[in-house]
Amino acid sequence: MAEYTAVEVSTSPLAPRRPKVLLSSVSSDSHTWNLVFLQLLLEETGHDVVNIGACVPDDLLVAECAEHRPDVVVISTVNGHGAADGKRLITRIRTDPALRGLTVVIGGKLGVAGAADHSCAAELVDAGFDAVFQDNADVGDFLGFIESSVPSLEVGV
Amino acid sequence: MAVPARPSFAGHVRSVAASGGLVVQPRMGFGDPQRMLHGLLATKHAAAHTAGTITLDSYTRVGDFAAVLEAIDNDVELNGYPIASIDPFVTLSMLDTVGHPRFPVQVRHGSALPTAVFDAMVGLGLDATEGGPASYCLPYSRVPLSRAVQEWAACCERFAELSEFGFEPHLESFGGCMLGQLCPPSLLVAITVLEGLFFRQHGVRSVSLSLTQQTHAGQDLEALAALHALAAEKLSDIDWHVVLYAYMGVYPRSPRGALSLLADATSLAVRGGAARLIVKTVAESYRIPTIAENVEALEFAAVRARQTTVGEPPEDTGVLAEARTFVDAVLELHSDVGKAIVRAFASGYLDVPYCLHADNTGRSRSYLDNTGRLRWSSVGAMPIRADGTAGPAAVSSSDLLTALSFIQRRYDEAASVRAGIGEPGKIESGSCR
Ligand code: B12
Repeated sequence: MAEYTAVEVSTSPLAPRRPKVLLSSVSSDSHTWNLVFLQLLLEETGHDVVNIGACVPDDLLVAECAEHRPDVVVISTVNGHGAADGKRLITRIRTDPALRGLTVVIGGKLGVAGAADHSCAAELVDAGFDAVFQDNADVGDFLGFIESSVPSLEVGV
Repeated sequence: MAVPARPSFAGHVRSVAASGGLVVQPRMGFGDPQRMLHGLLATKHAAAHTAGTITLDSYTRVGDFAAVLEAIDNDVELNGYPIASIDPFVTLSMLDTVGHPRFPVQVRHGSALPTAVFDAMVGLGLDATEGGPASYCLPYSRVPLSRAVQEWAACCERFAELSEFGFEPHLESFGGCMLGQLCPPSLLVAITVLEGLFFRQHGVRSVSLSLTQQTHAGQDLEALAALHALAAEKLSDIDWHVVLYAYMGVYPRSPRGALSLLADATSLAVRGGAARLIVKTVAESYRIPTIAENVEALEFAAVRARQTTVGEPPEDTGVLAEARTFVDAVLELHSDVGKAIVRAFASGYLDVPYCLHADNTGRSRSYLDNTGRLRWSSVGAMPIRADGTAGPAAVSSSDLLTALSFIQRRYDEAASVRAGIGEPGKIESGSCR
């Protein structure tokens, strides 16, 4: 399988380390505009972003987490399978001892029923996500959550 | 002995076109066979020249059949019909009930490696589908382009064999869409024509070339004219028609805005000489549309099509010349069209803006000029010239959202002005499973 070009911004060794975010979709979802947008947003707010792209099999995502050791994993999906794919994926991540304590959030259009899917968020939190952001979630809330989940680092804006 | 020809999807489009009509088609697909059947019946009985659509779910698209079964077991609603996992007798009886093949049905799927989908279609006697080695790979997968080309070639050859049994296998290229938005149309025209040539090389004798409506009616009309001109030149020895996709990017949220964009797509299809239009519904920006919303869109487009008269020919701003430059440059890379396409992406001759796939160079960039036309701010290694420095040097996340939502904003604003209210209308949501 071909790899996406992982985009990492290099930083000077003297600057405080920028929090590292691993950005990905789920295995069945090929949408990428959401990923392109979130990468720009996170970079602008002082994060290093490894964007591994769309249609990411669970195994590949786990391997990328082990390799890049991100501070936060951001999953974005809009094709309507997000709730099902997300549950399977987070169960996999939470049972991997090497990834213990990893902060993982998911967001986007998570089911096929629009606003009626918003009740599915609780199930995703129960399954192990640290936070769930619906399609219409506030970007500020999302950035605030990311910032609060890496308190040991200075996030330059 | 020759087998008598059976009614075909392509034949249906030809006969509607001959009578001056426009075939309209939904992007419809449901996981539940019963609902899929009702959707096809509703499409058939809609007051319009329709063709049926079976859109496949994302698990089938990526070949994850275990996930399909798990979803079915756990009552998870799929975003399309899992054709390769449902008992073929169920699908055959569904097709029978809707009167296929007299009622034409096309499978739309988005698989970079489509063998299982073609196996299922051929087994079911379905004669029309959509795809292409580049257009179903780059926007839909992380599969290497060279692998997708190989598998698509084999599938085309297999599909083409249906013609020995009285079928007229028809293949539509998705090249006129790619990522759905922010791609100057010359590149889309070139990719869909190249995929038409690829299909022909692998034995398919009836194809459709596609284009998506984008941000400027004049530019879109010019692109449709360019597509017709190139197709007539390059594919004169096989059956072809042009299909237009109602806007494929971020859609208006208000029902009025959504319908007004569909109205413009329909006028564009008629004025631009397309034989077929794939519609979008008022639910587009939210969720998978219901059957009723699809029927509303089909009937709305049919009325609009009858009201549209052909207007002035478009202004020539160079779309045809640019598309021709792409096609000729690519065909020079190799006598085998598939190999030429692989080399073209590898060398950056073809480079889709904002496409993250590893086999897309990713150096081209587009922008919206002050008239709303899509232009090149950077062409990377493509054999054409950039349109100047008017585009932003570095695109920020908010610049990107502004460009992506240009059409949504324009149509929602116009809709709320017309309705005399500040708020776009609300869309009902379906049930959560
Ligand atoms: C462009 C598009 C495509 C392109 C995608 C090209 C590409 N490679 O990206 C093409 C045409 C190829 C495509 C294909 C498909 N699509 Co599509 N697509 C769209 C469309 C029109 C726009 C999406 C877009 O570009 N948005 C712009 C980006 C920047 O924003 P966004 O993705 O909406 O995300 C926003 C928020 O959700 C949020 N967000 C997203 N993720 C996250 C994560 C976090 C942590 C946070 C905080 C926020 C957040 O931030 C973003 C900005 O506000 C939408 C409908 C619409 N919105 O109008 C349908 C849509 C998303 N597609 C849909 C579907 C189903 C598909 C297909 C499965 C085909 C099908 N069955 O119809 C295939 C995908 C196949 C697969 N394997 O997954 C459905 C999803 C339905 C649902 N969830 O109920 C939609 C809603 C259309 C519809 N109504 O049916 N699509």
